[in-house]
Amino acid sequence: MALRDITLGQYFPGRSPIHNLDPRAKLVGMICYIVALFLGSWFVTYAILLAVLIAVVAVSTVKPKALLRGLKPVVFILVFTAVLNIFYTPGEPLVTFWIFTITREGIIHAFFMVVRIIMLITCTFLLTYTTSPLALTDGLEHLMGPLKKIHVPVHELSMMMSIALRFIPTLIEETDKIMSAQRARGADFDSGNLIQKAKALIPLLVPLFISAFRRADELATAMECRCYHGGEGRTRMKQLHYRPGDILFMLGALILAVGIGVLGHFGF
Amino acid sequence: MAAIIETKELTHLYSAGTPFEHTALHAVDFSADPGEYVAVIGRTGSGKSTLIQHLNGLLRPTSGQVLFEGTDIWESRERTRQVRCQVGLVFQYPEYQLFEETVYQDIAFGPKNMGLDKDEIDRRVKQSARFVGLEPGVLEKSPFDLSGGQKRRVAIAGVIAMEPQVLVLDEPTAGLDPSGSARILDNIRTYHQEKNACIILVSHSMEEVAREAERLVVIHKGTIPFSGPPAEVFTHGDELEAMGLGVPAMTRVFARLRSMGVDVPASVYTIPQAREAVLAALHRGSGERKQTASDEKGAV
Repeated sequence: MALRDITLGQYFPGRSPIHNLDPRAKLVGMICYIVALFLGSWFVTYAILLAVLIAVVAVSTVKPKALLRGLKPVVFILVFTAVLNIFYTPGEPLVTFWIFTITREGIIHAFFMVVRIIMLITCTFLLTYTTSPLALTDGLEHLMGPLKKIHVPVHELSMMMSIALRFIPTLIEETDKIMSAQRARGADFDSGNLIQKAKALIPLLVPLFISAFRRADELATAMECRCYHGGEGRTRMKQLHYRPGDILFMLGALILAVGIGVLGHFGF
Repeated sequence: MAAIIETKELTHLYSAGTPFEHTALHAVDFSADPGEYVAVIGRTGSGKSTLIQHLNGLLRPTSGQVLFEGTDIWESRERTRQVRCQVGLVFQYPEYQLFEETVYQDIAFGPKNMGLDKDEIDRRVKQSARFVGLEPGVLEKSPFDLSGGQKRRVAIAGVIAMEPQVLVLDEPTAGLDPSGSARILDNIRTYHQEKNACIILVSHSMEEVAREAERLVVIHKGTIPFSGPPAEVFTHGDELEAMGLGVPAMTRVFARLRSMGVDVPASVYTIPQAREAVLAALHRGSGERKQTASDEKGAV
């Protein structure tokens, strides 16, 4: 069953220095890195960014195989962008046939675009692989804290996010279980045409929805029983504190972004 | 007798290639004969659920074989599908898989998938409803209007309606009150006797399996350390305790009596057996203690 092996936004527990960073530092670092990715313009800047990424992956002890697996769903987008860039960038023509022209600039552009997307996805995956969903939402809530001043329901949003994240694995497991149970009764989810396949999903979706509603109900009761009343005056069990390492990491990321920006500006 | 279903050197790894990789089953040889009532016992996480999901081809072995009537169930796609109808699997909390508008339609789901004609489906639905003790009036109700115990019996009927030769049940009494549990176990016994089907009951209640099954299979950390008739398996009381399983209360009482030097058999696990063993022991001792015994009787 492949459902169990979905890695989207999955956390791989570990004890590397990257795992131990403050989630806020990692979020800021990631944002700086993504900005840098879009400021870079030529081989030098991308080589630096790639080297940084490889170094961070090496320190994080996340297996490169796991990261590459995360790229599988976006292969289509990658190919699509590459093809678009190859054919639609004006410049010095290399090959011309029928109505298509491939330009030198097009190939280079496509190459950078693909590299940029791969690095972007890898770095976001690295964040979710090394940060537990709970720490991540905690970090987000802190970083978005200032928005409370303009009445953005930051706490509610992050609570919703952490509940949603918390229930993804549960629902996947549940889907897996119901699917097995219906298969045991001879249900067939894989063969037939589109309409038959859609119909075959009814025995899966009905119980899944019922159980999701039941769970939501139970969770609401459990939260009320523990006097949950929103974010007002709520304290935390795990306080987030910046350590020197976190500050250094964020400074490094900031310097990287500025540096790449300057280099990119001069066309490296 | 040739085994109806067996596993050979069955090994199963979960999440192979990730940090979560772990071996759920390690070279397990399990077999059950036609018409046998086998109980599989083990703690949570011992691999018992993984084992039974291999029996009808829901999980694919990492290595090893699963044989049904002597041939590999993974031989072809057709074979796997066919085996799924021959080996009925009732999951834990099966009531969560109900989805149809009426109880009748839900029970008919399995037979319909087997491609049976309307009359045969009707016969099977009515018969399996009878097996699990559902009144005919219930068949037209929505399954979501029933009580917990009734829902579970509907779900079990849904599998029985496929008339499997092997019926596997994963903790069918979990979360039910004693009378509900007893009714479900009764239903299973009836099916076992009337259809001469092989029953594989997964449980962690020693009392329950000791009463129901002809043979116990203990599963621990993905292997099978003990297998045999209950009386034999329960002689390994200490090892079972060490595995966190324990033995029936009656067996513990008799083990204690033996350690106190009373001459009673070690393989006692039900109350009727206990009564006989105690009477026999008293009878043997009556030579020297006849007088005291009759005094006590008089006092009572």
